[in-house]
Amino acid sequence: MVVPRMFLRAVPTQPSASSSGNTNPPTSYQYAASPGVPPLPNSYMKPGSAPPPVSQPLPSTYPPARPPLGSPPSGGPPLGRPTAAITSPPNSSVSQALLNSATNQEGDATSATGDGSLVQNSYDAIEGGGFMASTHPSPASQNLKMGRSVGYSYPSLPPGYQNTSPGVPGMQPPPMQYPDGPQSFHQPALGTNHLAASMGSLSLQPEGVRLVNLLQERNILPTTPLQAPIPNLHEDIQKLNCNPELFRCTLTNIPQTQALLNKAKLPLGLLLHPFKDLSQLPVVTSSTIVRCRSCRTYINPFVSFLDQRRWKCNLCYRVNDVPEEFMYNPVTRVYGEPHKRPEVQNATIEFMAPSEYMLRPPQPPVYLFVFDVSHNAIETGYLDTVCKSLLDNLDLLPGNTRTKIGFITFDSTIHFYSLQEGLSQPQMLIVSDIEDVFIPMPENLLVNLNENKELIQDLLRTLPQMFTKSLETQSALGPALQAAFKLMSPTGGRISVFQTQLPSVGVGALKSREEPNQRASAKDIHLTPSTDFYKKLALDCSGQQVAVDLFLLSGQYSDLASLGCISRYSAGSIYYYQSYHHKHNPVQVEKLQKELKRYLTRKIGFEAVMRIRCTKGLSIHTFHGNFFVRSTDLLSLPNVNPDAGYAVQMSVEESLTDMQVVSFQSALLYTSSKGERRIRVHTMCLPVVTTLSDVYLGADVQAITGLLANMAVDRSVSASLSDARDALVNAVIDSLSAYRASVLSVQQPGLMAPFSLRLFPLYVLALLKQKAFQTGTTTRLDERIFTMCQVKNQPLIYLMLMTHPSLYRIDNLTDEGALNISDRTIPQPPILQLSVEKLSRDGAYLMDAGSVMFMWIGKNCGQNFINQVFGVPNYASIPQNMTHLPELDTAESTRIIAFISWLREQRPFFPILYIIRDESPLKPSFLQNMIEDRTESALSYYEFLLHIQQQVNK
Amino acid sequence: MHIYMHTRMHVYTFTHASMCKIIAFDELKTDYKNPIDQCNTLNPLVLPEYLIHAFFCVMFLCAAEWLTLGLNMPLLAYHIWRYMSRPVMSGPGLYDPTTIMNADILAYCQKEGWCKLAFYLLSFFYYLYGMIYVLVSS
Repeated sequence: MVVPRMFLRAVPTQPSASSSGNTNPPTSYQYAASPGVPPLPNSYMKPGSAPPPVSQPLPSTYPPARPPLGSPPSGGPPLGRPTAAITSPPNSSVSQALLNSATNQEGDATSATGDGSLVQNSYDAIEGGGFMASTHPSPASQNLKMGRSVGYSYPSLPPGYQNTSPGVPGMQPPPMQYPDGPQSFHQPALGTNHLAASMGSLSLQPEGVRLVNLLQERNILPTTPLQAPIPNLHEDIQKLNCNPELFRCTLTNIPQTQALLNKAKLPLGLLLHPFKDLSQLPVVTSSTIVRCRSCRTYINPFVSFLDQRRWKCNLCYRVNDVPEEFMYNPVTRVYGEPHKRPEVQNATIEFMAPSEYMLRPPQPPVYLFVFDVSHNAIETGYLDTVCKSLLDNLDLLPGNTRTKIGFITFDSTIHFYSLQEGLSQPQMLIVSDIEDVFIPMPENLLVNLNENKELIQDLLRTLPQMFTKSLETQSALGPALQAAFKLMSPTGGRISVFQTQLPSVGVGALKSREEPNQRASAKDIHLTPSTDFYKKLALDCSGQQVAVDLFLLSGQYSDLASLGCISRYSAGSIYYYQSYHHKHNPVQVEKLQKELKRYLTRKIGFEAVMRIRCTKGLSIHTFHGNFFVRSTDLLSLPNVNPDAGYAVQMSVEESLTDMQVVSFQSALLYTSSKGERRIRVHTMCLPVVTTLSDVYLGADVQAITGLLANMAVDRSVSASLSDARDALVNAVIDSLSAYRASVLSVQQPGLMAPFSLRLFPLYVLALLKQKAFQTGTTTRLDERIFTMCQVKNQPLIYLMLMTHPSLYRIDNLTDEGALNISDRTIPQPPILQLSVEKLSRDGAYLMDAGSVMFMWIGKNCGQNFINQVFGVPNYASIPQNMTHLPELDTAESTRIIAFISWLREQRPFFPILYIIRDESPLKPSFLQNMIEDRTESALSYYEFLLHIQQQVNK
Repeated sequence: MHIYMHTRMHVYTFTHASMCKIIAFDELKTDYKNPIDQCNTLNPLVLPEYLIHAFFCVMFLCAAEWLTLGLNMPLLAYHIWRYMSRPVMSGPGLYDPTTIMNADILAYCQKEGWCKLAFYLLSFFYYLYGMIYVLVSS
């Protein structure tokens, strides 16, 4: 039954110029910073963390054998490099002939099977399909154990936990804040001396093995941003490993068996940011891309060379031949050094793909903008901002001379704009038949951007005024999207939809489902879509390589749960501007402007697919993010953007015995806006461990929190919000009790956690208080769903910031330890714990919550500081709704502004800065983010720990 | 007697259908088919199967075959529950191409296929026995 897919691939026998117009000689290699990446000021990569430059002089002799992967054991190196240098060039003519005959057969196979296959299916073959490396087990027995959905079998919470009013019986009213000394804790047996003694003995052990009694460690949060744990690999291997910002695993020590993973009660998964803007990315232009012949893995730093002519795949362990061309190293210009090639020296690399990686010639970049112009939309005044931003950034849209652009507006009818060459002004065509949408003169609606720039600019200037008198309140979003899809389907591309209300006519019309009074009950809220129209349309779009990005600017409920599907399954992005209004809400205007600029100018990849491969024995359980899953390991991404993150849940299907390391590889095949087909490959290598304590040692608490958040979103949709919340709590309880039961030899009182998981309860509590999962009446349904979308689609660093904001004291900033970036001095204040206890009335604090920032000014804050930063004489004269800091010529002002703008530059969205005083209306939202404190409906950190302790010690 | 003969025939078709379903999910697992196509072929088959099964339950009721009816009731109840708790869909059917690739759901669907196959096979022989029994005794 298994047809070996590998024979569907053709390997070019002769270096032929690829059809993408690549004129480089096929054996030349170019290394350059990726041309598609503009020198962004907000490149998130620190200069030092980039992969090592490939052009460095390399020694021409073989180095001694590379040490074995994994922790340095005494055993023989099974994956080591050969020690013997092979000096004489091998008999190339013979092997070349063999290669030719082999590839000819493959070529025939391709032509025979290629014709009949569907476009969609053959994408599998393009990226490299390959049959599954493992033989599939009998369906009856599989997957019985691997389903580890969040909290599936966990006990439910005691009733006392869920509604915690201060007077809940059975629960002692815990102190609002921490008591000063440990003697007032609930473990009176553990005195200060005992603690000191135990700490003393523990300090001999390396930091990672340390135990932490969470109930006693008051200051648990590090003052600097938490770094990803470093896998316990040999230095030389680790040096080559993928940057954790791009590729991260929840457990940096992979458990050997599923049983061990189940025992650890921690989720295993990957968090990816595959298309992140990189300041330095090696690009290889080569006619042969070396891949494993059975599993189609790209050659990577973690393969082993058996001898000079053969390499062993690190994912399926097949031995492959090194192609002739690969023997020559273009960097050193030395023949016979395949292991020095950039492909084998960089865990992150980009290949220029030859024509076999294309199903059709690269299409031009096509951008279609769909604007809501109903009365409500015009009222908000968004069209003005958007058209202005578009006008400003028209030349910066990523593309080439073939870039096409088009516009559609809609209210209860659909308006098309003909931008035909030769017209003196744009011509509007109105289609009022929304039941059966047709496209009038399709050839003039999407036009070349460069050739018709004036007409386009003309349209953008007049568009905001055209509908000012419109009284039409209906919105036919569904038919407009259908029209947009029809218009785009021949080429694929990006549709940007701006919507301001609930769609009310035509297909896809929705009804309001939000009932404000029911917000409190976590049971009956509508997190699932009410219709599958948008999902089906998104799947159609995905099939035609069209992605839909949704900008929702709405004051009332707009059913994002249903509307969001259009972006979710077509790999688009969702932006939500609550209560956008150009006059009443000017900060939102600025936010929209800034984010639109980023949106319009950021890199884009078209017709993308991403495949994630992992070492035989591991398998992918679930994907999280915006895409359509086309097969077990393949994601279809009509568009890919540098701001999207993905998460993958994994399971250990076969035990990883005899393996010291496992590898994961993500390969993203896309068409750049310049019309080049490229493959971006990231490979990560991690050690395998056999004991539970090692698994805990390597736990990456941020990644675990990120993955749990993704799983909890799924669970809230499939079951209910309260289920998801329970599951999150249970995840902490289970992992800590598993740790207590199986790792700790001496049962100590208190709540013991491994050092790697010391922040786990805090982060989970932060998740519970996050908008997506919090209870209470304050969160509007759309807002909640938008946060859930963000959880799914944000890269981990931003997700963590949104979950657990950073708090800084900023009234005493100094240049000590400051960063220096291009003549600017950026102070680095320590991060404080999120507790009111940490706030002092004579200070000023900045809370950075990712998409929003709060600056809280204490009542007794220094007169001098207020004067020098805000330019006002005293506390009372700070304006109530201040959202900008004046640029003053004082040291304090410069430091603070430098710090805030540095924080803002690091992210693709624009956080609004709210300056708040004690009596500000926004103070509750500031306090809401004080995770460690008790709020109306949620526990304080200490209470939460006590609750966990109670459960763990049961 | 007739009723047993008819059910036997239909149960035979059901057996065949569940077999196809198991194969279809296996194909999804091993990367051969696009989930959209696969769901499009599977979805139209779901409702007819459920309706025919329900129809025979009614027939058994009319024929006062209490034991047979009792054996089929759990499946009928399962069918009703399964269809009530299906994802939001405009067309008939159960399978959603966006969630079917989730390992849990795929495993569930496969397990369901195997269990039903076993049930239909057993009932096939039971009906055969029932038919022969009726033939012999009359």
